[in-house]
Formats: sequence, structure tokens, C-alpha cells
Amino acid sequence: MKLPVKMTINGQSQSHEVEPRLLLVHYIREVIGLTGTHVGCDTSQCGACTIEMNGQAVKACNLFAVQADGATIMTIEGLAKDGELHPIQQGFWEKHGLQCGFCTPGMILAAKQLLERYPKPTEQQIRHQLEGNLCRCTGYHNIVKAIEWAAEHMAAK
Amino acid sequence: MATASVYGQPIKRREDPRFITGRGRYVDDIKLTGMTYAAFVRSPHAHARIRGIDSAGAKAHPGVVAVFTGKDMTGVNSLPCGWDLRKDKNIPGVVQDLIMPPHMPLSSDAARHVGDPVAVVIADSQAAALDGAEKVVVDWEPLPAVTGTERASQPGQALVHASVPGNAAFKWEIGDRAAADAAFKSAAVVSKKRIVNQRLVANAMEPRACAARFDEATGELTLWVTSQNPHVHRLLMAAFVLGIPEHKMRVIAPDVGGGFGSKIFVYNEEVVIAWAAHQVKRPVRWTATRREAYLTDAQGRDHVTDAEIALSRDGKILGLRVKTTANLGAYLSTFAPAVPTFLYGTLLNGVYTIGAIHCEVTGVFTNTTPVDAYRGAGRPEAAYVVERMVEAGAAALKMDVADLRRRNFIPKFSGAFQTLVAVSYDSGDYGAAFDKLLQIFDYRKFRAEQAEARKHGRLLGVGFSAYIEACSIAPSKVVGALGAGAGLYESGVVRVHPTGKVSVFTGSHSHGQGHETTFAQLVAGELGIAMDDVDIIHGDTGAVAFGMGTYGSRSASVGGTAILMSLNKVKEKGKKIAAHLLEAAPADIEFTGGQFSVKGVPGKSIGFAQVALTAYVPHNYPEGLEPGLDETSFYDPSNFCFPFGAHACVVEVEPETGRVTILRYVAVDDVGNVINPMIVDGMVHGGIAQGVGQALWEGARYDEESGQLVTGSMMDYAMPKADQLPLYETARTVTPTPVNPLGIKGAGETGTIASTPAVVNAVVDALSGMGVDHIEAMPLSPERVWKTIQAAKAGR
Repeated sequence: MKLPVKMTINGQSQSHEVEPRLLLVHYIREVIGLTGTHVGCDTSQCGACTIEMNGQAVKACNLFAVQADGATIMTIEGLAKDGELHPIQQGFWEKHGLQCGFCTPGMILAAKQLLERYPKPTEQQIRHQLEGNLCRCTGYHNIVKAIEWAAEHMAAK
Repeated sequence: MATASVYGQPIKRREDPRFITGRGRYVDDIKLTGMTYAAFVRSPHAHARIRGIDSAGAKAHPGVVAVFTGKDMTGVNSLPCGWDLRKDKNIPGVVQDLIMPPHMPLSSDAARHVGDPVAVVIADSQAAALDGAEKVVVDWEPLPAVTGTERASQPGQALVHASVPGNAAFKWEIGDRAAADAAFKSAAVVSKKRIVNQRLVANAMEPRACAARFDEATGELTLWVTSQNPHVHRLLMAAFVLGIPEHKMRVIAPDVGGGFGSKIFVYNEEVVIAWAAHQVKRPVRWTATRREAYLTDAQGRDHVTDAEIALSRDGKILGLRVKTTANLGAYLSTFAPAVPTFLYGTLLNGVYTIGAIHCEVTGVFTNTTPVDAYRGAGRPEAAYVVERMVEAGAAALKMDVADLRRRNFIPKFSGAFQTLVAVSYDSGDYGAAFDKLLQIFDYRKFRAEQAEARKHGRLLGVGFSAYIEACSIAPSKVVGALGAGAGLYESGVVRVHPTGKVSVFTGSHSHGQGHETTFAQLVAGELGIAMDDVDIIHGDTGAVAFGMGTYGSRSASVGGTAILMSLNKVKEKGKKIAAHLLEAAPADIEFTGGQFSVKGVPGKSIGFAQVALTAYVPHNYPEGLEPGLDETSFYDPSNFCFPFGAHACVVEVEPETGRVTILRYVAVDDVGNVINPMIVDGMVHGGIAQGVGQALWEGARYDEESGQLVTGSMMDYAMPKADQLPLYETARTVTPTPVNPLGIKGAGETGTIASTPAVVNAVVDALSGMGVDHIEAMPLSPERVWKTIQAAKAGR
């Protein structure tokens, strides 16, 4: 049995028939072909699959594709506008906030929500808000610095 | 040495734009025409005989293309173990020869750990493959299992392999037993401790994955795989396992999401997928779920050690005796026997002058996931023993831990310091790193604060770790004599194009280390050209002639030196071409800042690009010189390199709950020369976090009764999170190695090696006021620390 789903992903409308058990993250990766959203675990701990759905950072492994019917979604591929990096992306680059890059798309989208909640976050606020995103490479030090950089530059804009 | 401005600078990484925009290309991102998907049927038992496998239901499931069991894989050999320990090969220290039981890609006789694969289902979709796998019926006969490290070799335990009596895979020793025994007899103070170095899971954020395609037209098999060393994968799989010609196999390791050792090895699934792609005549892809990663990625550490330190009254270390049992899991992973032997025992000299050392190691099989190299691999275990015992010794002598260390540091040297455990250090100034640490940390001030805090019931503690590690792996002759089945050199090709742009091919592989930036800095600096004119190519046996990959902090020191050798060849040939064009003798040509010039003749020079063009358009060209500017080098180091340093960690222990909070972390590392300090600092940060993770939270635990991995998911295995870790203060001393011309020692593992003992020593220090001088096992979870406090209060 397949069900129809429609949603807007990175400004493009998408319409497919999918199995109800298909996870949203697999829909994005395998059906749409946007592979920047990653799968790092199967228990919703790692946050590598974090996307923005209807303005909220969500873990795309925690939803079925059919639950996103009608939603407006942004993945990492949709964050830079007209070839210009978002300040968070720039911050991760400037401050060496990534090594292997696998957790990075999820980290960046989690950071986006974090900065919407706390435009001038303290170090502890950044760390607390990133509890749902795991990184094995950086020890988080430079991720914190990257988000602080982004906060400063977003405030200046 | 390079003098251009890019070398040694914290230049932003060139690989980052693709990662921060979601355009990285990992194995699971690959889609091939006609691709099928695989799901594995795995043992739910720690140990069970396979009476039979019925795959009829799976084969009939819609979308299923094929089902294979071990019996179908005729002609496919055991996964190889690339390190032997045998007396008849004159490998030093072997007490009992290593027994190598077969490790078949799909086991047909029995399963020996939970997750051991016994069948694979290949289907048109991932969902159909998973459905099919559920319909494979295995007739299991559960058998008694053994998981515990100490228990494995006790009488009456289940045997993992019938061919291995007492589950003892090998016995090995290093050092001088008689001298150590004599040292202990003469000692004023002896401290003896049990040290359990628990099992860890690497947890690279990208789960393992592979995809294979067999091309009927060319007979070429292509394997995309999450590998740290694609050429090693190709060699082992083609020559040893699949028995196919090496030149007909191409292995591509594209973007790889972290390795930490776990992606060095050849795994069952990779062999099965490569083989199956040929069978079903369609591409096949498999990606591990995280649960599969916990059950099948080679795990790390897992030692139980009894250690003794002997000291004189004035704090001289007279002797160290170490007896370790190392859990190898159910099968021998690719380099498993090297980790608890030559990567462990050889580091027990630490940074100290020690009177005598003896160490014996027994490797045991258990019904658990195989154990192999995990970031540091043997060296963290050694550093943990040494640094824990030094502090235990200081406690026994009632001597300050910094003072004791300073009384025993090996004095500054360069060239060679022969240890008591085979290896010879390259260069070191261990006291200088430690002194710098004390200065940054302000040790005296902390002790005053600590005393004041104790008056108010607050438990603060500081822990030190003065570590050394062996990296720049490795001199082939040396490791060959110690049992390695391979050489450990590296290749570097510098291909200058006619326009003066440069492609560099390295056999090392980046899975987070930043090769595309670091090596471009090296090349741009040496050739005096822009980094944008340099491309770094790695991770594809179809592009890179040969290589040994990335592990053991070897990429810059070994891989970088191979590139440097090729750069020198390019310069030498360039000088001949330039000399011809400038009508001078080659000996009179110097090359600086991208210009070939005649010494002492201002204005008489020619640019690198012009020389490159001439090499490919050799109309006006030196007689007898080959056209082209494309040089290959293989660098085999003459010795290991030995980075060192000193770390300090400050913790506060909450007495009511046992909760440990890190208040400060200071690291002083000496990794020799540094190409990109930003990248080195980043690696140190990540390494510290992993070592802190071991000290405080992480641990793979098997249920002794059932053999189940009870920490088999990210819900159960405590991965360090952002809000548990501090900012790290990093600093360096610089003692270049004389081993390679770059003077680089290696930086990938230092943090992991140093931080675990620093944190544990800090917690012990915090509790020292109540008489605690040791905590036997990690992680120092609130429960364990609380129990330690209760036991201390009760006077136990």
C-alpha cells in the first residue's frame, strides 16, 4: 500500500506515493536525492538527520514521510541563499567546527534554531541546546566557537 | 623546509564548503543504476551452533533478488589477520604462538558473538531486504558463552573456538623479568594495583557502509567502502579473501565520516557485498544501522591488568611489573594481535627513567565483538598504566605527583633514547612540556584553592598525565620483524601539469583529518605556488598507485614525507630544465618563491609554470632528459616518531551523588613541527573528548549470562555530549623529530592517550582526602564514584 505525500523542500514542491513506513529522512535522501541529511543512529540520539520543518528543527528519522504531508521543509542544501553561505555555515568554516563533516548538516540546522531562541547565547546555552546532536571529531570546542561566531555576525547584520 | 607563508598557518579547510552545504559524498549517498540493497541475518546468540538455515520464505518474498549463506560462498577464504606472533618466525617475546582460527565472512558452523552474520538477503529495495531477512529461519542450538576478560581463561569456561585451549589466543612478554624482580626486592616502596581498561566502541558518526559493482564487460569489481586505507582493503580482499586479480579490483573510499581505527579493518559485510555483486550481476549497497555498528565494528581496549611499581625512598622509579589479559573478542580482527603487544608493551617506559620493566600479556578469545585498534590502540592502555601507577607510587611515598614525575623524567635528548622495552625514542624534552603545563596551569595556586575548598566540603582534584606515544607508523623492517604482514611506508605522487598546476596523489586517506588542506599547504609552500593551484587526490585505488592509508598518526609524517620527496625530485628536474633555458649550470640554479634563478645573477630567472610547460613542450630542452614533470616516491621511515606532552585536568566531585564535573582542562603537546595549527588543535580537542569519554562515561558492557551487548545503542552507550565537556586550553612545545625531514611527529592520537589518565588521576586526587588512592575500573560514573566514597567513609 502506498500513500500520496506532498511537501515543499528547499522551495520546490514535491509529490510522491510512498510506503507509510518510509521514514522522512529516507524519503529526503533516497526519493528526493538530497543526501546532505545524514543517518547516524537508529534511536534519535545523534541528530545527524536534523532538518527544519515548518520552522522547527526536527530529527527526520523520527517522522514518517507521510507525517510531513503538507509541510515546508528546509535541508542543509537549502540554507545558503544565492551562493552566499548562511552565517552559521560560515562560522563552522571560520572556526573549524567540523572535521569529518558527517554530523555537520544536523549541527548547523540545530544551531539555527538555537540562535533563533537565543540570539546572544552563552556557552552553556549553546552546549545545552546541542544535547541532541553528537559529534565524535571535534570534542565540541570549535562547534561552540563556530556558533558564537555566527551569533556575533548575525547580530551585526 | 618550506618558508612560504601558507606553511604553518591556521588556514581554513578547503574541504569544508562541500560539507557545510550538504554536498559531501559518503558511501551511503552513492546510487548506482540497477542497485540492490542488502540486509544481514545475524546471530541473536552470543554462541550457538547452526543446525540449518531455511531461506525459502525469504527467497519467495516480493522484491528479494537472492539469499546467500556461508555454504554458498565456495572459494571465498577467511578474513585475514595481518599480524602474526610465532616463535618459528623469530618474533620477539612470543611465549605461546598465536592461534588463528578461521573467520568466515558468513559463518556456517556456529555463531560466536551476538551480531555474527550468517546470511545475507539482497533485494530491489532496502525495505524488501529487511523484510526478507526476517523470513530467513535459522535453526540455532544455543551454546554456553563466555564474555568476561578475566573469566575467559579460567577453567571450565566455554571455548569460543574448539582449536583454542583455554581461549588463550597467544601469550607474549617484553622486558627483563629477572631485572624487574631484582628491582622490586631492592625497593623501599611497592604499590600494586588492579587496572581495568574497559571496552570501548569507536562510534564514528558515519556508520560503516559499502557498495559494489561488477562490470561484466571489463571484469572489474569496484567497491566503495568506508575505509581508512583503500589500498589495504583491495590487497587483502583481492589476494587473500576473494582470490581475484588485484588489478581487476578498484576500491574507493570517498568522504568517510570518521574512523578512529574502526574503518581500518576488512569486515565480513564488505567481503559479502563485493562477492554478491558478482553473483547477482547488479550493484549492491549495504549501510550499517547504528545497532549493527555496535555489534560489528571492531571495538577497542578491554584489558585487565595487574601492575606494580617499585620506588626508592627518594622517589626514583626502580621497576614496573605489568601482567595484562587482553580481550580479543570472538575472532582475530585485521591487526588485533599487534594492539595489546607491540603497540602496548613497547610504551611502558613512558617518559621516565625506569630501572627495570617486565610485562606479560595473554590475549583471550571471548564471545564478544572482535577488538582491534581504536584511536591510540595499545598506547592509551600503556599510558594509563604508567600514569596511574606513577600517581599510585606518589601516594604510597606521600610525595607530590608533580615532584615525583620531575625526579624521573628522561633528560632532554635528540637522536636516540633506548628504552627497556625495545623501542628507541627519537627526540624529547619531557620536562619542558611538563614545566610549561605547570606554568600555564598555575599548580601552586590550585593546591591552595583545593585546600580551601576542602574546608567547605568541596572535593576538587587535579590529575596529570605526562604521556608518550609511538606514531608515524611505521618502519617496515621493524614491524616486519615484529610480525606485521605488510610494509608500512607511504606513497606520494606529484604530477605537475603543463600549466604549472599540480595534482598530488597520496596513499593516506582523510576522514576528517584535513589532508586536502594540510598537504596543499605543504606543496604550495615548497613550490611557491597558490594553494588553489594544488589538488590533493586520495581514497581511490584507481587514481592512486599504492598506499597504506591513515592510522597511527602517520599521514603528515609518513605520507607528507613521501610527497616532500616527490617535490624535491620535481625541483631537481625543474632545475635542469631551468638551467638549460637560462644557459647556466644546473648546480648554479636555486629555486625559491616559485622562481628558478641563477645564483648571484639578479634578474636571470624563470617561473615554475614556464618550466612545467617546457617539460611537456620540450622543443628547447636538455639533451637526454625525459619529458614530463611527474614524480613518484615511497617513504619508509627509519623509526617511529614519539610525540609527547603533559595534560592537566581539574575536576569537582559532588560528594552526595558522585557526579564528576570537569572544571578545567589544559593540554601541552609536542607533536614536532606543525603544518596547520588550527587542524592540530582540532584533533587534540577531539582526542581529549574521546579520552574523557572513556574516563567518565563510555563503556561497552556484555551481560555475563546471555552474552548480549547491553550498551548496544546510542541510548545505552554514553557518548560524550556538548554540555558535559569544557573548553580545552591547548599549548605546544616543539621538538622536531630527526626521523623525517619535515620534523613532524604526529598529532592524531595524543589527546586520547593523554586525557584518560589525567581525568582519572584528578578524581582520585579529589577523593584523596578520604584515603582513596585508586579506582580500579572506568568509567567513573556517578554510581562508581559514589560507591568509592561510601567505601572510603566505611573505611574499606
